[in-house]
Amino acid sequence: MHSNKYIVIYSTVMVVLVAVSLTFVAMGLKPRQEDNIRIEKMQNILASVHIVTTVKDAIPSYQKYITKTLTINNKGQEIPGVDAFKVDLAIELKKPADQQQLPVFIATLDDGGNYTIVPVRGKGLWGPIWGYVAFKEDFNTIYGAVFDHKGETPGLGAEISTLAFQKPFDGKQIFDNQGKFVSIGVLKGGAPPEDKHAVDAISGGTITSKGLEKMLKDCLMNYEEYFKNKGKI
Amino acid sequence: MNNTMKKEREPLFSPKNIKLLKNPFNLENPITVQVLGICSALAVTAQLKPAIVMALSVTIVTAFSNLIISSLRDTIPSRIRIIVQLVVVATLVIIVDQVLKAYVYDVSKKLSVFVGLIITNCILMGRLEAFAMGNKPWPSFLDGIGNGLGYGAILVTVGIIRELFGSGKLYGFPIIPEAAFKAGYVNNGMMILPPMALVIIGVIIWLQRSKNRELIDKS
Repeated sequence: MHSNKYIVIYSTVMVVLVAVSLTFVAMGLKPRQEDNIRIEKMQNILASVHIVTTVKDAIPSYQKYITKTLTINNKGQEIPGVDAFKVDLAIELKKPADQQQLPVFIATLDDGGNYTIVPVRGKGLWGPIWGYVAFKEDFNTIYGAVFDHKGETPGLGAEISTLAFQKPFDGKQIFDNQGKFVSIGVLKGGAPPEDKHAVDAISGGTITSKGLEKMLKDCLMNYEEYFKNKGKI
Repeated sequence: MNNTMKKEREPLFSPKNIKLLKNPFNLENPITVQVLGICSALAVTAQLKPAIVMALSVTIVTAFSNLIISSLRDTIPSRIRIIVQLVVVATLVIIVDQVLKAYVYDVSKKLSVFVGLIITNCILMGRLEAFAMGNKPWPSFLDGIGNGLGYGAILVTVGIIRELFGSGKLYGFPIIPEAAFKAGYVNNGMMILPPMALVIIGVIIWLQRSKNRELIDKS
């Protein structure tokens, strides 16, 4: 039988050794991991305008199609000198509404059309969910949308990252005929096809669907002024 | 390993040690006989690539945690031995997870929580308690590799069946020709869902037990 002193020293030494080795591993691998995250972000932004890229061609495609990025405040004015790609929406959304820096990405596609892509971020059932929504030149009609999540339930909430869920967003509108901001509803039991402001929710993924609806409303609301000025709605 | 090599390295790969490597593939398979590690086996086998990465990750973690625990076995205070085992396993799993995130990011996203859950994989704790605490480092290392690969063999088998019949591909490459789809062949959507993994593992267990009658429970 070992003494208490031995046990205490043994565990202390063990924990220190483990901590040191894990720190070295984490620090050594960090640059590569950050590159992966950056490339994934580029792929997601491009996916919102229906450009599918591989890990290898993500950077050149991004440089080709994303012709302009800017950061705005919630009054729609541009904040100069801030790199939109580096803005972390998770941090911005915690700030008071009038201090938030909101990224905007402009994509110019092969057909010559300009599409405005904005990021969205919110909460699902188990953790954060996020995505990118691309708008046509009227700043009202959705051209495409992608969503992703940290750890929603596979087969249920995690379905938000599938094409089957994202495709119906194409062509939906966030302003009604009077120019009022209505966002996009995610309706349980299904949205009627003629409804321009709603899509189907996911069966069994009610909380994720609700979270996604709230995410769209909260985040797109910040861009309301910008869209109205630009789109002259 | 051919025969000549076995003879040259008699002490390293003695028949007893070879058994440690081979047994987990059949009579002591962690999944089909001991029914351990089922959770991840159901979750990550919809495609072959994540199944292979998961199999390798588990093999590396079992082998090295067995090796480390076995080398330390005389110094580990028995009152905190489970804690020590968990710390070693958790450290290795975090390292594997970080490496996957850096080098195979897409697979690491597919495996999501299941890499982290290797920590709670019963195979690991089972091997540490049952083998590494009472045996020398080298046999423990082999035992870890054997059990990891035995687990992996089932994962890969299930992965091949599910990806081939569920998506018509293997390792992401199309296997079933376009012509077959044009002639009316459809992928079996049921294959990509977790319940089908359970059915396939059930069938594997059934086949194995009908071949090895001694595995059948007497009751």
